[in-house]
Amino acid sequence: MPSKLDSNFLLQQQALTLRANRQQVLAGNIANADTPNYKARDFEFAAALENVLSGRREGSLLLAITSPRHLGGAAGSSQVRLLYRQPIQPSADGNTVDMDVERSRFAENAFQYEAGLTFINSKIRTMITALQGQ
Amino acid sequence: MSLFNTFHIAGSALTAQSLRLNAVASNLANADSIIGPDGKPYRAKQVVFAATPMGSAAAQGVRVTQVVEDRAPGRMVYDPRNPVADERGYVAMPNVDVAEEMTNMISAARSYQTNAEVMNTAKQLLLKTLTIGQ
Repeated sequence: MPSKLDSNFLLQQQALTLRANRQQVLAGNIANADTPNYKARDFEFAAALENVLSGRREGSLLLAITSPRHLGGAAGSSQVRLLYRQPIQPSADGNTVDMDVERSRFAENAFQYEAGLTFINSKIRTMITALQGQ
Repeated sequence: MSLFNTFHIAGSALTAQSLRLNAVASNLANADSIIGPDGKPYRAKQVVFAATPMGSAAAQGVRVTQVVEDRAPGRMVYDPRNPVADERGYVAMPNVDVAEEMTNMISAARSYQTNAEVMNTAKQLLLKTLTIGQ
């Protein structure tokens, strides 16, 4: 039963983690709006979520497993592939942060995070209703 | 928890921008200081920003790496009655460009504001996360 509960919440949990991760990347962009030569970064949420759910990692080096008693592992990998944003109006100091873009993405991501919270809450409520059986 | 990291990133930007604002205040206050601590005219100070990783590679905060003195030549004002005037009657003034400092100040204030907003958003999201399942 615990594993079933787990898998029921897995999608929402991973999505929330990724949203929080993206929020951090976007906050970094906003923080560095005045840093010379800083390049704005972001990742594609849908692709990252797919990677997480399928357990795939980007650019990873998997350990060779030649015996059933070996443990698996991956080096230097992350499920999130950070890309650089295409600048619309690059500035002379090499900075590619466009405040309008970053702020709208930040607001959108915060909204999506809240949506994720709402989904997870309604799932929990459904579960509680089922448990009470009234 | 990467949302806490968002706090740290926005916090680092607040610190950096307030340092920049401090430099602007110092420059504006000393726009007419013809004798600095070393006996020479005051020289405008500028901060240098650099992106710095915070916690993970995805989280880029910002920090002030150094404070440099503006190397632009100061303006010369003809004032033979001034006690520090040279033999031709000119006084070396600081190289503070007041218009530039004012725009610098507005830019720093706006960046500070944006990062404070980022912090607020992160706080709201964290508070909502705490109410999951209630």
